[in-house]
Amino acid sequence: MVPTNYYVILSAILFGLGVFAFIFKRNIIAIFMSIELMLNAVNLAFVAFSQALSKLDGQVFVLFVIVVAAAEAAVGLGIIILIARNRETLNVERVDLLKL
Amino acid sequence: MFFVLAALAVIGAVSLILQKHPIHSALSLIVVMVALAGLYLLMGAEFVAAVQIIVYGGAIMVLFVFVIMLLNAGAEERTSLSKMAGPPGLLLVAALAAFVAATIAKSGASVQAAAQTGALSSTRGISEMVFKDFVYPFELTSFLILVAILGATVLAQREKS
Amino acid sequence: MHFLFATRDELFIAIAKIAVLLFIVLTVNAYLTWFERKVVAHIQSRWGPYRVGPHGLFQPLADGVKFFFKEDPTPSGVDRFVYYLAPLLALGLALTSIAIIPFGPEPLRLFGHDIYLGIAPPNLNIGILALFAITALGVYGVALAGWASNSKYPLLGGLRSSAQMVSYELTLTMSVVGVLLMAGSFNLRDIINAQAPLAGHPDRGMIAWNIWPQILGFFCFFTAAVAETNRVPFDLPEAEQELVAGFNTEYASFKFAMFFIAEYTSMITVSCLCTIMFFGGWLSPFPASWTLTHYLPSVILIPFGLWVILDGFRYETTLGRLVLPAVGTVITALGLVFIVFPQVNAFIQPPFWFISKVLLFLFVYVWMRGTLPRFRYDQLMAFGWKLLLPVSIMNVAITSFVILAKMQWGAK
Repeated sequence: MVPTNYYVILSAILFGLGVFAFIFKRNIIAIFMSIELMLNAVNLAFVAFSQALSKLDGQVFVLFVIVVAAAEAAVGLGIIILIARNRETLNVERVDLLKL
Repeated sequence: MFFVLAALAVIGAVSLILQKHPIHSALSLIVVMVALAGLYLLMGAEFVAAVQIIVYGGAIMVLFVFVIMLLNAGAEERTSLSKMAGPPGLLLVAALAAFVAATIAKSGASVQAAAQTGALSSTRGISEMVFKDFVYPFELTSFLILVAILGATVLAQREKS
Repeated sequence: MHFLFATRDELFIAIAKIAVLLFIVLTVNAYLTWFERKVVAHIQSRWGPYRVGPHGLFQPLADGVKFFFKEDPTPSGVDRFVYYLAPLLALGLALTSIAIIPFGPEPLRLFGHDIYLGIAPPNLNIGILALFAITALGVYGVALAGWASNSKYPLLGGLRSSAQMVSYELTLTMSVVGVLLMAGSFNLRDIINAQAPLAGHPDRGMIAWNIWPQILGFFCFFTAAVAETNRVPFDLPEAEQELVAGFNTEYASFKFAMFFIAEYTSMITVSCLCTIMFFGGWLSPFPASWTLTHYLPSVILIPFGLWVILDGFRYETTLGRLVLPAVGTVITALGLVFIVFPQVNAFIQPPFWFISKVLLFLFVYVWMRGTLPRFRYDQLMAFGWKLLLPVSIMNVAITSFVILAKMQWGAK
């Protein structure tokens, strides 16, 4: 069996990569996807600990995280569509003034 | 097997960062999610693995792909600001990962993998918990989804002018 | 770790099963196209393929050869990776879904190993959820195909088709919940066993099947499945009179063949699911006490084989006069084997009933193609969201109330 540490380290690596993608990418949609990557990394940690402690609470919480991520993705993508429509660009650096 | 899936997940995440076109980033993210679902299966969390693929990989990422297709997102441009943010970002992330790894290593092997959770049937156990202990958050999340649907519908409407 | 192989022998058995099942599924696909063309033709008062081999039986071979040798152009300006990935994804996922379907209850005992009929292990606790996961991923094949072809019509067709698939996926999963409530498990074998008589109770055959209590669920499921596989009457996104050919406009020969095979394979998978969940899977429609019905496979196969032989004698072309009697002899021999060896007969009963029910559903699919007109896209979406989804949710509510009432009644 793989020790839980490995899973948690993998989760940390994925989370770190998600943070880096958030800083580095310039496309709004790619930034949003990095948020999903971070959420997934956290889910992995939850399930790893749920297995280590032999309780199912971790898995239940993962379900809730997935549901909340779905709701957030829906609203976030709606906002992205609005930004794309109004500013006609998907580059976050161009969306840095409140005035159009 | 763990290393195969872990490597797949990390390669997917790195590919998410390195790809220029958002659709390729989306495909890499799908690869990460499928790899993570494989890891959940490896840990014996079958229901969570199935839900991950159905909801995350089959609905949320489809939404992403739709939006990318509809907005006709093109390849990304490299500006001076993003080039500036590269190296410091890398350093900071490496520091974060090193910090977490050090914390885990210091806690020692105290949290080892327990025996397989084949004893508690995953789906039955989860459903019992959701509907008994966590019924209030469950109802709240359903309300949250309703609000999100309404919000997304209103946001994406064309203006009636 | 119980999903991976403990021994090398199990690995070999799994590879052999995959190879055999792949061969069978691809052959069935090919002859399903023949079957469809014949049936639709007869509905339209014509003959269908007749020249290529006796009764057009070599038509699928001819189609295969055509797909191999046709030019396979790649349009300019496409995103190469996604363009090549989309048909691979569609075909791979469709074929993977066959791995989860069990074809028979008893394992074969060969060389001291229990070989279960069906690739997935018998204790796969998330059987049907895994199938839904694969169906959910199947949307990508269509969406990416539409996007990758650098052109308007495929993009619109791909968007419409994937929106349709995502909408009907909800109904698909909801309509099955009633069956799952009654069976108490996601495992496909448990669902079939829940429709079988309990030990000590009389076998009531067809009456115990899930179709009677779940009639609403069945209609919702079948309709959603037809929409999910993009078949008539829901095939607007890929019909020829509509958006040229929808998402597979820019795909030629081999890649188009991959989409084609993916569609027919998902048709087969959905028919298998329908039989498993609503029609008792491999259970015989007759009660087990009617032992004469055990000879039904032979009773069907032997006259059919003899008729094929007779037809072969009077066939026009020489090839037909050679091939048809050979095929007929094989069928008759098979029927005779089932009579002579009762052990083989007992083993072959469940797969026989399973396959006949699947063939019945495939016939209904093809029948609908020949008969029904197409839905318009907004009618299609309105139907899925405003009618089917509420009806399937209502089915879940009714089923749970009835189960609860039964539990209360039984407790008294």
